Amino acid sequence: MTVELGQISLMAALLTALTLGLLPMIGSYTGNRRLMAVSTTASLIQCLLLFISFGILTSAFVMQDFSVEYVARNSNSLLPMSYRYSAVWSAHEGSLLLWELILCLWIAAVALFSKRLPEVFRARVLAVLGWVSVGFLLFIMLTSNPFGRLIPSAVEGMDLNPLLQDFGLIIHPPMLYMGYVGFSVAFAFAVAALLGGEVSRDWVRWSRPWTLVAWAFLTLGIALGSWWAYYELGWGGYWFWDPVENASFMPWLVGTALIHSQAVTEKRGAFGNWTLLLALSAFSLSLLGTFLVRSGVLTSVHAFASDPTRGIFILGYLAVVVGGSLTLYAARAPKMIQGGGFAGLSRETFLLINNLVFAVLAAMVLTGTLYPLLIDALGAGKISVGPPYFGLLFSWLLVPMVLALPIGIYSRWQQDSASRLAGKLRAPLLLSVVVGASAWFMKQEMGLIAAIGITGGAWVILASLFYVGQLLKRKNSLIIPGSVLAMTLAHAGLGVFLIGLSVTSSLSSEKHLRMEAGDKYEMSGYTFEFTGISKVQGPNYMADEGEFIISKGGREVTRLHPQKREYAQRGNTMTEAAIDPGFLRDLYVSLGEPLDQSGRAWAVRIYHKPFIRWIWLGAILITAGGLLAAGNKRYRRKMAVKKPVQASTEEVTA
Amino acid sequence: MNSRIVPLMAFVALVVLLIVGLNIADHKTDLPSPLIDKPVPAFDLPVLATPGQKMSKESLLGKPYLVNFWGSWCVTCRAEHPVVTELAKLNAVYIVGMNFRDDETDAVNWLRRWGDPYDVSLVDADGRVSVDFGVYAAPETFLVDPSGTIVFKHLGQLTWDIVQTEILPRLANMESGS
Repeated sequence: MTVELGQISLMAALLTALTLGLLPMIGSYTGNRRLMAVSTTASLIQCLLLFISFGILTSAFVMQDFSVEYVARNSNSLLPMSYRYSAVWSAHEGSLLLWELILCLWIAAVALFSKRLPEVFRARVLAVLGWVSVGFLLFIMLTSNPFGRLIPSAVEGMDLNPLLQDFGLIIHPPMLYMGYVGFSVAFAFAVAALLGGEVSRDWVRWSRPWTLVAWAFLTLGIALGSWWAYYELGWGGYWFWDPVENASFMPWLVGTALIHSQAVTEKRGAFGNWTLLLALSAFSLSLLGTFLVRSGVLTSVHAFASDPTRGIFILGYLAVVVGGSLTLYAARAPKMIQGGGFAGLSRETFLLINNLVFAVLAAMVLTGTLYPLLIDALGAGKISVGPPYFGLLFSWLLVPMVLALPIGIYSRWQQDSASRLAGKLRAPLLLSVVVGASAWFMKQEMGLIAAIGITGGAWVILASLFYVGQLLKRKNSLIIPGSVLAMTLAHAGLGVFLIGLSVTSSLSSEKHLRMEAGDKYEMSGYTFEFTGISKVQGPNYMADEGEFIISKGGREVTRLHPQKREYAQRGNTMTEAAIDPGFLRDLYVSLGEPLDQSGRAWAVRIYHKPFIRWIWLGAILITAGGLLAAGNKRYRRKMAVKKPVQASTEEVTA
Repeated sequence: MNSRIVPLMAFVALVVLLIVGLNIADHKTDLPSPLIDKPVPAFDLPVLATPGQKMSKESLLGKPYLVNFWGSWCVTCRAEHPVVTELAKLNAVYIVGMNFRDDETDAVNWLRRWGDPYDVSLVDADGRVSVDFGVYAAPETFLVDPSGTIVFKHLGQLTWDIVQTEILPRLANMESGS
């Protein structure tokens, strides 16, 4: 009976969402304060109902209720307890439920933390979010019900896809969805501003912290996905330009443009319409991503569950949400260019470069992702657009961005002089060239492009640090203002990422070997000794486990135990790579196939990956920067329109 | 023209494309191949990852087999892979993987990563044989009868439906016929 309760709770949530979409909206036009006040209650009730629904599905997994079809398809009595929780979102229906749960969390957060916004505006924001939620709830209930019963009930479940039986999967989708869904808040703020008719700058300031939090989560979610692919897929790659990866990358790119253009609009009033459009696009691309992943329109490694019939619904939903908001934009966006003008050399210009680069990148990724579909639609066959296209494009577009970024940090709003900037930037520029050149002299085999990449990374990091240093010197203080620290962290993160990317893509070594027990192989100064294979019994699999003793200069560094697992229920085999992670290098061993009958000789892959951790370290710094920026006091302070400003001496910078 | 309407128009174009895409996802277009009921084009290709060994059309005479063109660069092949794997488990037909226009290391990696459903993998590095077969996009699959005649061809991703409705019945026919 319990799972039926989950479904009833979902229906109640739909009714609540409809109430949230309708009443406060009507109230905002008729000036009825009681109707507008419904928004808070409805948001919180909706969130509670989703928690109940999600909790019931989770308990069906924990208690192994194989009479629920979704549970029977994605679990098994041998599945370890921790994966029973994460199995909830391992396939289509549960993923959508998680999506909706997170949406409701965001809505509840907006309801709780935006009490100081103007009443009418706040009611419209929540109502728009209510409609977004209505669409998703309908989608779940009409096409993807996770609570369907299996009659007669299954005796045993089919087990969770082994690729997904992993810690990375427990946290990757929730983080990613936090980002995806979080952009709905920026979207709702933009729509509410357009509905209000007079698009002032205020909505941008109000929506900034929300956008930053969503963007930070998306950053982390993408990084987690890449880390998961690296250690779980067993071939040392961390990014494949796969359509599903692109689906999460596009909103990130637009989101990055958005948080920068918001800064311009808030401070200077310029780029107003552009910021509106970016806010609408970021969420639209999140929805498009969901459509591409869930509809089966594009085939991809990640599409663990896809179904063309569901595509129709998401497409309709997409058409209403995006088409509606863009129509509103066409009708309501201010016709006049607002905001102050700016000179060719000013902070505005550099943020414009940032926006252009990120918008073009997003457009290119979108084109590359949809191009196979276009070719298919024209009846010209099926093709794949792969890493060569994306990689080339990405590296070329990074060049102007990396060059311009530090200058942008130092430049003043409205107008600046080249000689002032040159004076300030000379030291970090020279130093970064020295860093790049010395790296190249130490390891010439990395090649020129990698050396340029390192120089670029150092340029971004050093210029950011010098900026902080000069600021502190000028203010004669040791306290870094929060907003500057946030910006510096995020930009330094980009620099760290660039250095990691340059080094690991140029200096990694990999070798595919035939090894027998006792064989040794030397790579990049490390000796890999294969001591043999033993059988290991896991909770729901059997594995061949190899042992490798890795030594350097005669001293043992570590022992690695890669596995080849056989999952009984689904009959798939999985490679479980063994990794010795390090700040400066990863050692990575994975087992291939046995090469003879006796099982003595094995195909083995060995990797030495210098600086690969820097890629994710960079992403973590960027995330931290985003979260810190969102927590900035000034958003909370300025939001208090009518309340007396609390005594605070903190100076507002940046 | 009002420039604020441009984003909306771009979006409408996108929606049209996606609708067409959905229709394709629903019914994959199947062009009749001129090679149906014709003999298999001749080939004599090296076996993947087995230096010195080759396999030709002649050595495959006498039993039905499936020729599956694939490449590690082909995303759709990855999507198709579980179906080929399932089919291989049935042991119903000898499956020849034609790895074309691919890097050999990438191909070997791909098979290790996803599992190797093929009874044998042949290397058509420059794609010459794929041209003889009239392949213009991967994946593409051909069913050949014991006399070396192509009896069925499928363009694009192989689905379990196609295996059940097109491939398995034809194999059953061959058995009862011989």
